[in-house]
Amino acid sequence: MTNILDKNIQNALFNYILGLGDDRLILGHRLSEWCGHAHILEEDIALGNIGLDLIGQASAYLSLAAEVENKNRTEDDLAYFRNEYEFKNFQLVEQPNIDFAYTIVRQFFFDVYEGIFLEELAKSKFEQMAGIAKKSIKENIYHTRHSRNWILRLGDGTEESHVKTQTAINDLWKFTGEIFSENENDNILINENFAPDLKPLKSKWNEIIKSVLNEATLEMPENIGFSSGSRSGIHTEHLGHLLAEMQIVARSFPGAKW
Amino acid sequence: MNEEQKLADFEARIERGEIIEPKDWMPERYRRQLIRMMSQHAHSEYVGMLPEGNWITRAPSLRRKMVLLAKVQDEAGHGLYIYSATETLGIDRKELLDQLLNGTAKYSSIFNYPSLSWADMGTIGWFVDGAAIVNQTMLAKSSYGPYARAMIRICKEENFHKKQGYEIITTLANGTAEQKKMAQDAVNRWWWPSLMMFGPTDKESPNSAELMKWKVKIKSNDELRQRFVDLTVPQAKAVNLTLPDPDLKLNEETGHWEFGHINWQEFYNVIKGNGPMNKERLKARNEAFEKGKWVREAALAYAKKHNN
Repeated sequence: MTNILDKNIQNALFNYILGLGDDRLILGHRLSEWCGHAHILEEDIALGNIGLDLIGQASAYLSLAAEVENKNRTEDDLAYFRNEYEFKNFQLVEQPNIDFAYTIVRQFFFDVYEGIFLEELAKSKFEQMAGIAKKSIKENIYHTRHSRNWILRLGDGTEESHVKTQTAINDLWKFTGEIFSENENDNILINENFAPDLKPLKSKWNEIIKSVLNEATLEMPENIGFSSGSRSGIHTEHLGHLLAEMQIVARSFPGAKW
Repeated sequence: MNEEQKLADFEARIERGEIIEPKDWMPERYRRQLIRMMSQHAHSEYVGMLPEGNWITRAPSLRRKMVLLAKVQDEAGHGLYIYSATETLGIDRKELLDQLLNGTAKYSSIFNYPSLSWADMGTIGWFVDGAAIVNQTMLAKSSYGPYARAMIRICKEENFHKKQGYEIITTLANGTAEQKKMAQDAVNRWWWPSLMMFGPTDKESPNSAELMKWKVKIKSNDELRQRFVDLTVPQAKAVNLTLPDPDLKLNEETGHWEFGHINWQEFYNVIKGNGPMNKERLKARNEAFEKGKWVREAALAYAKKHNN
């Protein structure tokens, strides 16, 4: 299918799939930073598992992106040899772990988005992409159960956990605006039924978040001052450090195979 | 039945090769020795996550990143599994964890060495998991049922880890000059500490005789160490890497590879807490525990509120 695409669509598709891969790669990487340092062994396993699922999905998306681009690049070339401004992940997922509350809030915001989004992406006319989405739906159900349960425990646990979680929500809120925004690139694909229209999905996300935060005795912040631009390569300062670490070995030995 | 008869019955069961289960009568020494050995094993899995965890974020390809993350996660699973098996002896995980955190419990000396390059991820899998397999294959026939069953399951995964480690090393050894140098450097650093993993020589091993009498262990430290050396020497040759022991030579008569003198002073130094990474490893475990305190408290508080 990829070799009969119109140049414009091919390019839009490449950028779009890259964004999907980058979200999962960067978030998976952040979760992998926890491995060995969680508060209890069970959680080392859980965070590792979720990270592993996400990096697996990232690998599938990036490999598909490379195929669509058709320039002899591999998923590893895309992961390890692009610079900050070429990464298209949401700013939300690059935010540092800080503590377990930030990690869980970041994850919960993403998981709920992912649940809504995957259902639509699975209907894409671009079958290879829809295929990856379909495979991820089951994983997302587990991820969402995990992060949702922790939001409830932390929000409605002790006063300390409540304050920490509310702080994380307030701090990360500004990064949630752009996860349902659309750009020209997306519009090309929406017109072709390759990508879902995100606009109607935002309210669904808001509803779920609101009801879970409510159950957890937490408050939903007001919608002011959202950040944006990640899909065109605008990031926070955190991404550069993450990439420096992630890419160091691959870049230190040009031409090496691993 | 008096204690003496019970002991005689127990030893007769062991002699017949029967498996001891948690509810069976067992001598207090047997229970204590098992708790000591199994908890050390569980702690080793837990602490062992750190040297490899150190490279997850820098793994040079997506596939390697996933495999390494999965491996470290397996170790967490092994830790959990062996802690649970240890609990069948009437001690709880919290108490075992306290012993680890306050420094009174031991864990494998190997994890007190630093992981300094990507090649260490290959060497650890190849040597450390390789040594663990030699040890655990023996323990899978241990007289204590829960331990033996845990080992059977864990060995399957360790075999996979060893294969992956050796594959990393093979790739590096066949790679660029720099990669090969990296692989040789890692082999040089990990070889001797890996031999020390099997513990003191039979003459110096304080617990061995008792453990073997009760068939908790079937083979001695020196037998296992020799088996590991015999298995590993040809593997090193196959990838053209040199094991850092000029005295290594095949004894044609016995068919065993003879090796040079192990620096036991270094071994005892590490065991006593003075290895290159002892303090850091313990500090990392304590930090994770301390930082997680509020999370555990929140989970408990939530459970209390919502289970009523």
